[in-house]
Amino acid sequence: MDAVRKRDLKMLVFGLLVYAVLQGLISGGAIGSFWQLNIILICFNVIMASSLNLINGYTGQFSLGHAGFMAIGAYVGVVATTNFHLPLICALVLGAICAGALGFLIGLPTLRLRGDYLAIATLGLSEIIRIVIMNIEYVGGAAGFKGIQHLTNFTWVYFVMLVTLFFVKNFVNSSHGRACIAVRENEIAAEAMGVNTTRYKVMAFTIGAAFAGVAGGLFAHQFYLISPNSFNFLASFNYLIMVVLGGMGSITGSIAGAFVVTFISAALASFPEVRMIIYALALILLMFYRPQGLFGYMEVTNFAPIKKFLNR
Amino acid sequence: MDFFHQLVQQLINGVSLGSIYALIALGYTMIYGIIKLINFAHGDIYMVGAYIGFFAITAGNLPVLPALLISMAVTGCLGILVERLAYKPLRHAPRISLLITAIGVSFFLEYAGMYFVTPTPRTFPETNLNFAFNVGGFVVNGQQLLIFSITIILMALLTYIVQKTKLGKAMRAASFDTETAQLMGIDSDRVISMTFCIGSALAAAAGVLVGVYYNTIDPLMGIMPGLKAFVAAVLGGIGILPGAVVGGIILGVIEALVAGFISSTFRDAAAFAILILVLLIKPSGLFGKNTNEKV
Repeated sequence: MDAVRKRDLKMLVFGLLVYAVLQGLISGGAIGSFWQLNIILICFNVIMASSLNLINGYTGQFSLGHAGFMAIGAYVGVVATTNFHLPLICALVLGAICAGALGFLIGLPTLRLRGDYLAIATLGLSEIIRIVIMNIEYVGGAAGFKGIQHLTNFTWVYFVMLVTLFFVKNFVNSSHGRACIAVRENEIAAEAMGVNTTRYKVMAFTIGAAFAGVAGGLFAHQFYLISPNSFNFLASFNYLIMVVLGGMGSITGSIAGAFVVTFISAALASFPEVRMIIYALALILLMFYRPQGLFGYMEVTNFAPIKKFLNR
Repeated sequence: MDFFHQLVQQLINGVSLGSIYALIALGYTMIYGIIKLINFAHGDIYMVGAYIGFFAITAGNLPVLPALLISMAVTGCLGILVERLAYKPLRHAPRISLLITAIGVSFFLEYAGMYFVTPTPRTFPETNLNFAFNVGGFVVNGQQLLIFSITIILMALLTYIVQKTKLGKAMRAASFDTETAQLMGIDSDRVISMTFCIGSALAAAAGVLVGVYYNTIDPLMGIMPGLKAFVAAVLGGIGILPGAVVGGIILGVIEALVAGFISSTFRDAAAFAILILVLLIKPSGLFGKNTNEKV
């Protein structure tokens, strides 16, 4: 077994250990329902943040419309389980396919735009998705989709999160991932070196959208009710904050960002204004003093003792 | 005949809505022209302007026009303050950092506003403008007349400042090429501050006019008009002042037509659809020139 596989295996074992501990605590009743929900939310947010990081952090394409793809996954998922009585796994796969396909279709033309134009265009597209869903009576329109089965549990969310993290990690370490990073660093230079920039931008965008679709499917089956307004651009900004806070281009950063944001949200749930003021100031101060985010491009696996352990 | 009548009525409504967008879009386009920043917070500055106008009218017992002037002055200073505190330290930072900061400022204004003035919408007091003209069956009300006249006056004033004064010359020079302008002895920091001041004052005027027109204001009122005014600026060609005005009015008219003839739920989608079409077909906008990218 080569070194890379061994590293992956060690990380997988670590992931399973964390799962065993958390599941044990939940089954043993040591974690109350409030924190159970927050743990599940952290896992959602990790999926969303790491998939958004693939687009924003690794490929350097500033997308502000991630919640739109989540909405697609959520609505496709609930229609599959509620109206067609499919199992959750099929709903998630369908959600991912639809969100990914839409990401591909949207990405193809819009990824020609750069920087701030792309940001506004993706924001606009996610708003269009939301408004269109709002006008489809079949899925409940503006009032939302009611009567969703509660199919998501900690095990589902956790394992989907593990799959996402491993996928993103292996993607960015592959030749495709390096091409994406080259696009981020300097698009013109990358193109001059023979990287098909459009292809890799669309690829990252599609993969990110597909994972957002999966997260949407899980999200919908957690809360019994989804409405188009759960997927407005404030939701997209929320995931953006996680990515920027953690570090654009670090999976560890996305996990950390998801943790921090979920905890702040939980702690300040009764003071929504204060929470948003804190986020706002955090964003501004972060740009002043540490624009690369908490972790920058660093991963936790780059720290010497952990690296040594993993490579042993 | 009935269709025609409704069409003209929607056009009148659209032009007054479009004038508001035009006023906000002017600030966007000026700021973008000079520091290449999409000032996400611009819509929220417009919200602050509306609130200052509201308090000047209710607490200060002032008529609309003095309230409008006070609001423009105070909000102009706020614009300078925002630029000094949030954007100036990042003058040489990557543009994406600047964009994220702008998003942060926008959130800050929205939720600090919510914290101080509560999220409940406020009702603008009745003005003495509640009269309506009936011109050949078409209704133009007093608020719309106010919007038209204020917009025209402000635009004339802006044109004068930009075209005839020394400051305007410096602004044009700085937006053409900031570094060269600096080499020619233009204090670009001062010019940037003044640009934020003028842009914010125009947004404040739009805020007060919207308060008078729609009667309600709330701390999140700036988000949608802010985004739409950006669309208007892009439609007209970002960085080009007449473009912002034309873009704003076209956007307002299209929105009114969509709301009137299709469904009012699609009016926001229409604006974003226009944005995407413009960006795909002619990213430089109606009045923009195509520029080649240099490596």
